[in-house]
Amino acid sequence: MKIYATYNIKGGVGKTTAAVNLAYLSAADGQRTLLWDLDPQGAASFLFRIKPRVKGGGKALIRGTKTLEGAIKGTDFDNLDLLPADFTYRNMDLLLGTEQRKQTRKLAQLLRPLAAEYDNVFLDCPPSISLVSENVMHAADVLLVPLIPTTLSVRTLDQLTDFVAGFDGDRPEVRAFFSMVDRRKKLHQEITKDLSAERSGVTVAAIPALSLIERMSVERAPVTAFAPRSQAARAFRSLWSEVLSDQE
Amino acid sequence: MLTPGLRGYVLSPPVGDHKSTSNSKNTGKGTRKHPAADLLSAALAALADSFTVAAERGAPGSGARRRTWLDTFDWRLYRAGLVLELEQARRGGRLLLSQADGTPRAEQPVTGWPPRRPAQDLPAGPVRDQIIGLISPRALLPVVSAVSTVSATRLLNADGKTVARLTAERATVTATESTATATESRATATESTAELPLRVSVAEVRGYLAPARRAAALLAAVPGASPASQSVFIAALTALGRHPANYTNGVDANITAELPGSVAVARLLLQLLDTLELNVDGVLRDIDTEFLHDFRVAVRRTRSAIKLLGEVLPAADASRYAREFKWLGDLTTPTRDLDVHLLGFAATAEHLVAAAPADLEPFRAFLVRRRAREFRRLAAALRSPRFGAITDDWRKALLAIRDASAPKKRRQPTAAELAVRTTGRAFRRIAAQGGAITPDSPPQSLHDLRKRCKELRYLLEFFAPLHDPVAYRKVVGDLKQLQDCLGDFQDSQVQREEIGTLADALLAEALSGGPGVPAATLLAMGEVAARLAVSQAEARADFARRFARFAGPAAQPRISTLLAKPGPPVRPGQPAMPDPKTP
Repeated sequence: MKIYATYNIKGGVGKTTAAVNLAYLSAADGQRTLLWDLDPQGAASFLFRIKPRVKGGGKALIRGTKTLEGAIKGTDFDNLDLLPADFTYRNMDLLLGTEQRKQTRKLAQLLRPLAAEYDNVFLDCPPSISLVSENVMHAADVLLVPLIPTTLSVRTLDQLTDFVAGFDGDRPEVRAFFSMVDRRKKLHQEITKDLSAERSGVTVAAIPALSLIERMSVERAPVTAFAPRSQAARAFRSLWSEVLSDQE
Repeated sequence: MLTPGLRGYVLSPPVGDHKSTSNSKNTGKGTRKHPAADLLSAALAALADSFTVAAERGAPGSGARRRTWLDTFDWRLYRAGLVLELEQARRGGRLLLSQADGTPRAEQPVTGWPPRRPAQDLPAGPVRDQIIGLISPRALLPVVSAVSTVSATRLLNADGKTVARLTAERATVTATESTATATESRATATESTAELPLRVSVAEVRGYLAPARRAAALLAAVPGASPASQSVFIAALTALGRHPANYTNGVDANITAELPGSVAVARLLLQLLDTLELNVDGVLRDIDTEFLHDFRVAVRRTRSAIKLLGEVLPAADASRYAREFKWLGDLTTPTRDLDVHLLGFAATAEHLVAAAPADLEPFRAFLVRRRAREFRRLAAALRSPRFGAITDDWRKALLAIRDASAPKKRRQPTAAELAVRTTGRAFRRIAAQGGAITPDSPPQSLHDLRKRCKELRYLLEFFAPLHDPVAYRKVVGDLKQLQDCLGDFQDSQVQREEIGTLADALLAEALSGGPGVPAATLLAMGEVAARLAVSQAEARADFARRFARFAGPAAQPRISTLLAKPGPPVRPGQPAMPDPKTP
């Protein structure tokens, strides 16, 4: 079981869009795939028309009184299941411990029993730097980091890379990709081109800012599913194949 | 992701609805819909109360499906609680093995594999691995085939989320001709094609159990709906009037103790005649070697019954059919002997120490040629008027005896009396003959004893319903072990002699311009013969122990119990048969 997490400290950079579409592409490849919507806003759950609700809330899952398995819902797509968001996830930090007694590997431990059932797991993380995100970084094999092509977001990537490098034991691989790229902006073009050439952890594939991607919230389905031949879908497919080829 | 756990329903037109299935002509007011289509519409309308119903084209498993269910002539898979299905696609297909309740066991792709071939021809794969031991050496035959149209429908909730899936299947099933139709084949002509009622099932989407239950409840309330208690396979057999597992090579003629002896024997012989006739087609088409084997067993049982129980039959019949069935037995022996050689060939070749398995190949090819020749002779005889006359006249004669109402002039023994008298006689004969055998006795004495044992075994089986089941099982078990020992001895002897004869024939064939025979082949055959001599000696050494277990003092009470039934129990200390050591 391979665990991918879409993560960025900032919100609105395309984490959920990436998680939903990559999870869909993984499932379409025949891989048994699970997407865990960890964001209390529940955007990924909404996109799959699944109610953002888990019986017993985040507490029951973290404390282990309910299994992850029991909370999983089937999506409308073969091989793709979803573990829905819940509004109580906003308190997940508190459940994961105190400053004195932090649990940084709890999510990894909760996911372990699912290894027999799934080939790929995607974690869609809430924006922030918190105990939840630290847990996600420990659980993930690959951190997929969407970047808006600005100088500032490049600095954020450096900070994240340094932070992960400080981990004991297993460290996730950090893979950044440009998201919401506006082809009309010269700065976007320059940064996208230069950085993917300079930095080894940045993919060549980039996700453009397209109104069709925004339409996902109207269609309530991955763009790769409802418009598979679109430019947007092609961009996600290139990104997914680049991520996969890194793994080989 | 779908979880299994289907809730299936069968939708039949409500009683009193007499829409003809054949009348699909345009009646002037538009084309009349097929009743199954009406039923599906009714089901979808019922579901539309709670769900948005959306047809799903191109869903996995939807569209046209062709399937054929396979089993051996004697239903070995069915009896073992297994179902084997060949799903035919445009090119090749898949073999699916499941349990009777539908739980999948294994599957494997097959290309260009026609069924109705000996099991050994099944391509390697997980399905073959699971069934080969069970079905060998029988061939898999098509039992029934189905052509169906499957449609898939999504059931959506208010958010437009798929919360359940509905599958509807309309199947037309066809019986395939060559499987065992046993007794019903004679009397009733069964429909060869049938349309099954529409089957609908709800599949739950993971995490949405409640909507799936609601959908199932709505379906259950549709007029004409009933839970699908049978699999498509069983439903197809039922619709076609076929009874699974209706072939057995055993004897069970429903004999009761009070039945007049002649009627009991006639019933028995009629059943043996049924078995014999059922196997003729398979023998003639050479489907697998078991047809001839079962045919021969029926012949031997018939001969034993005529010999041992013939006293209750008209003397003219008994002597005529004793002769005719001997002819049938002799006729089939050469082919069967060669079958046995060929079936055991791989094992024989594996046991070679000095010679290489390939050395035996000319011998195998020779056996195949010889078998082809013997088989032609056998087939011609089974198509001859003589064989036709035997079966027809014998059936007439037996039916006359079975249905004779007027009691004969002298009092007839009952089935129970006949059983006790003849079985006791057979026991005593074995005890006497076996007890007289010493290590110096000639092989012929063991050969004779083996025949007596076979006769006793048949008698026990014929009258099995009259015996005490516990004593019966034990006595038959011991007898079987004794028979195996005598069989090993005899078979080794016969095969060893045969190898000598076959070696002569091989050489003769080579001298008269046929294919030559390498010296290595003859040497390898010599090694096989030597091995047979060793196993014959082993069987001979084992004989005394086996015989004592079957007929010795420890076995006496069981035999007494067996022979006492159905009368009062035998008093202790009163042996039913003399001590085997004092013939």
